[in-house]
Amino acid sequence: MMNVMRLFGGRAASAPVARERLQILLAHERGQGGGGGSDLLELLRGEILAVVSKHVEIDPDKVVVRMDRGKFVSMLEVDIEVPNGVQRSKMVAAT
Amino acid sequence: MAKVLVVTSGKGGVGKTTSTAALGAALAQLGQNVVVIDFDVGLRNLDLVMGAERRVVFDLINVVQGVAKLPQALIRDKRLENLWLLPASQTRDKDALTEEGVRRVISDLRTKFDWILCDSPAGIERGATLAMRYADEAIIVTNPEVSSVRDSDRIIGMLDSKTVRAERGERVEKHLLVTRYDAGRAARGEMLSIDDILEILATPLLGIVPESQDVLRASNVGCPVTLNNAGSAPARAYIDAVRRLMGESIEMTVPVERKGLMDRLLRRRAA
Repeated sequence: MMNVMRLFGGRAASAPVARERLQILLAHERGQGGGGGSDLLELLRGEILAVVSKHVEIDPDKVVVRMDRGKFVSMLEVDIEVPNGVQRSKMVAAT
Repeated sequence: MAKVLVVTSGKGGVGKTTSTAALGAALAQLGQNVVVIDFDVGLRNLDLVMGAERRVVFDLINVVQGVAKLPQALIRDKRLENLWLLPASQTRDKDALTEEGVRRVISDLRTKFDWILCDSPAGIERGATLAMRYADEAIIVTNPEVSSVRDSDRIIGMLDSKTVRAERGERVEKHLLVTRYDAGRAARGEMLSIDDILEILATPLLGIVPESQDVLRASNVGCPVTLNNAGSAPARAYIDAVRRLMGESIEMTVPVERKGLMDRLLRRRAA
């Protein structure tokens, strides 16, 4: 039926897209107990940065954190620029 | 020079978030550097309407509290490289947003963008007052409906008293954006007309966005309506509005749906 609609100039229904997007989003948000911000990815991000900054001083401006929450798996990408050699600077380590 | 615009209304559900996304995208489509900020702490939705909900890592409150740097919290739109989003936090603690924090974030953004659009939460509480606090101009989103017009009047009063500009004796330029307008119903006297609304609110009109299923379709798929279907009636209304914001003088019309033969035959069953 959808294809017939499309053939006759009707656009693909957008409601299924809305449903799918909401399901993914709410699955993640419900896990946080109403948005307390304590989900696993947040924890991982914080601890990864803490471990790295224990050994090298990292410039918080040079840390890029990207997230892509998916239905079955989510991607957490932590990009940390580590300076060559030991740098003593006034930079504050991010946690 | 950067302009800070607040998109506000008082009443909820009139189309602030939809309009912020559409206006922000339209400005970016015209080559401007744009950031849209969600001020609805605890109930963020601008990310969802813009299709960035899966990519939120940090938010406005993280930046205000120093947990994250501003560039880390900004999310770049996947379709327009000069359109950015600063999401709201889902935290329930609304006091986490401070006036000084918002001032710092906005003055920082002023150095990076041409336009800063602040999507206000409904109501007249802290979130709404902070969203308008540093605005240079305001877009008041109004539906042709008594409660919406009344609340708009209230918000106009706040723009004239509670903003930094007002306190300095300067003016916050105000623009009225009428959304969900049905010209047929207004003509039949079933709905307040544009003239009625303008007479009551005495605020210059920025645009008239017609009631349209394209708006719902756009939010369903997470794409501002000006990007999702640029030729649609609401998209044309938003694009005209943005051109007026940029100083062009464009005749005020109510864009109408361009209905194809098949659309008419099928009476648009697919929504």
